[in-house]
Amino acid sequence: MSSHFENLLEVEKLITSFETDRGMLRAVDQVSFSVPQGKTVGIVGESGCGKSVTAMSIVRLLPQPSGRILGGHVHFKGQDLVRASDRDLRRIRGGEIGVIFQEPMTALNPVHRVGRQLAEVFRIHRQASKREAWEAALEMMHRVRIPDPERRMMDYPHQLSGGMRQRIVIALALACKPALVIADEPTTALDVTVQAQILELIKSLQQEMGMSVILITHDLGVIAETCDEVVVMYAGRVVERAAAVELFEHPLHAYTQGLLRSIPTLEMPSKSVLATIPGMVAGLAEHTHGCRFCQRMGHRDSRTAERPRIEEVTPGHWVETCPKCYQVP
Amino acid sequence: MSVTPPPLLSVSELCVHFAVRRGVIPRPTATVRAVDGVSLQLGPGETLGLVGESGCGKTTLGKAIVRLLKPVSGSIHFAGTDISTLRQRELRPLRRNFQMMFQDPAESLDPRMSVCAIIEEPLIIHGLGDRQQRRVEVNGLLDRVGLPAAAGDRYPFEFSGGQRQRIGIARALALKPKLIVCDEPVSALDVSVQSQILNLLVELQRDFGLSYLFIAHDLSVVKHVSDRVAVMYLGKIVELAAAETIYRDPRHAYTKALLAAIPSHDPRYRSARPLLEGDVPSPIDPPSGSAFGHRMKHPRYEESIEADLSMREIAPGHWVAVDPCCVSDEDLATLRGG
Repeated sequence: MSSHFENLLEVEKLITSFETDRGMLRAVDQVSFSVPQGKTVGIVGESGCGKSVTAMSIVRLLPQPSGRILGGHVHFKGQDLVRASDRDLRRIRGGEIGVIFQEPMTALNPVHRVGRQLAEVFRIHRQASKREAWEAALEMMHRVRIPDPERRMMDYPHQLSGGMRQRIVIALALACKPALVIADEPTTALDVTVQAQILELIKSLQQEMGMSVILITHDLGVIAETCDEVVVMYAGRVVERAAAVELFEHPLHAYTQGLLRSIPTLEMPSKSVLATIPGMVAGLAEHTHGCRFCQRMGHRDSRTAERPRIEEVTPGHWVETCPKCYQVP
Repeated sequence: MSVTPPPLLSVSELCVHFAVRRGVIPRPTATVRAVDGVSLQLGPGETLGLVGESGCGKTTLGKAIVRLLKPVSGSIHFAGTDISTLRQRELRPLRRNFQMMFQDPAESLDPRMSVCAIIEEPLIIHGLGDRQQRRVEVNGLLDRVGLPAAAGDRYPFEFSGGQRQRIGIARALALKPKLIVCDEPVSALDVSVQSQILNLLVELQRDFGLSYLFIAHDLSVVKHVSDRVAVMYLGKIVELAAAETIYRDPRHAYTKALLAAIPSHDPRYRSARPLLEGDVPSPIDPPSGSAFGHRMKHPRYEESIEADLSMREIAPGHWVAVDPCCVSDEDLATLRGG
């Protein structure tokens, strides 16, 4: 791993479990990755792979009382967030780490005007006066390019379109000029045209404000469009991580290769047979040994009984080196 | 719009409107023109893709075609019969020819019915076969969509999203329909499962000669399964052409904007694209004239209010709305001349 100075955030062997009727299920199983200063890191994977839980574990926003971080470290600006006090965390959330949630309708309070919700951030984190907070909120509305912001401040969330609501949520997340923004499927609920606008907005705000971004998505197109580095997760584990260009050009893990091949692209002939990954997405499981992707593929091999180690196979390119799923470059 | 051989489905000037009711004593105060003068044709064994932003009326059009909604005007000729004005009783015997498949299989399958009962139900309603024959039929269908025979005795919640969508497909196939309206059939699925379902749909089409009206917002998916693609904006079709043509040579500004919004699948070539501003407008009291020109604040918008914005053929099989705001001057001249 590169030096601590370049990385704003380092996640190290993070383990998050949920207590359920079926016992303790591991949603995040020893996940490690780092977020360099000013860069965008994408976490991609199918539903239930643990990408959102990983991100929410960073700011310890897990469903209570079932979700628990059982191990690992999250280093952020010289502090381990896993062990930080609740008081410190409250300061960091919304202050130094902003979160953009998937569904803007549930992230906003339906009974307060959006201007008031935005101003509240400045009241709490910056101890601003009412007037200052309102001015700062207005400035933020301009920043996220909401047309006619003075009037929009007085609207309730339901009066805004999906794209506008997501802009408000982005304004909330960025209000305190955080060093890191976690965007959890920020465009999944939006149309492609609005998605393009929102991705463009996040990119340009990132350049203006110099923040780092963790972008969680199931859409490899969104990753290709915005990310510098990519973390591919499967069944709670990181199976591969690398620079975006490297990952799309030389995917080394069978799961990454399968994902990339199964998306239809405009260049393919119509009605051609798409590559598929057999079986279905793995569900949460108790702590298991062996390669989870081999379990999906039905590989039975004594060599895959042990959990494969994740290794740096070429500089900056990490892969789970399962003898079945990993292709030596 | 001509297709040879004779079309299985021919929709002409179809309008579906809804009344917006407001007030303590609800009274119609406005009209949503969800589908506003749509014409299209679909041949046997053909897939017509239907794309557009949310709220453009794609689903409403799909539902009207299988007569889950009643159109206010226009006609829907299915295999020669106009089904747009038929009563429910008259429709019932015809319904087995056109089926619909829904986006969210979790919501469209009755949780209290076994898989077997779900697939068998349409057969019972239409009085087909005895118990024994139906059981054989259901097992054949399960096998055809790639589910084990044992799946029949289980309940929808026991299955993953992809498997539930297979159950939805088996139910749609039970009556051996000629047309299936697929409404966002894969958008709730993970990519690796999505490709399985797309392959299955293409395979079934080949085997049974099915026609699909394939509604989706993912343009890459639509391109993949469709022979022809119709682009819809605010209740109207603005461009319709062969799938290859519409992606290679789009003529309408809205089609171009939609295509530009597709994320690239190669991080080395990120699109520096002209972004579409603003949001999808409301279909309640839409702007007169060119709706897209209105959104773009196009200088020739005023001109479009008076203009005839109907669809014309710019090249064989390539239809574009004659819209001064949305097509080039050259195309406009061709369209108006021809």
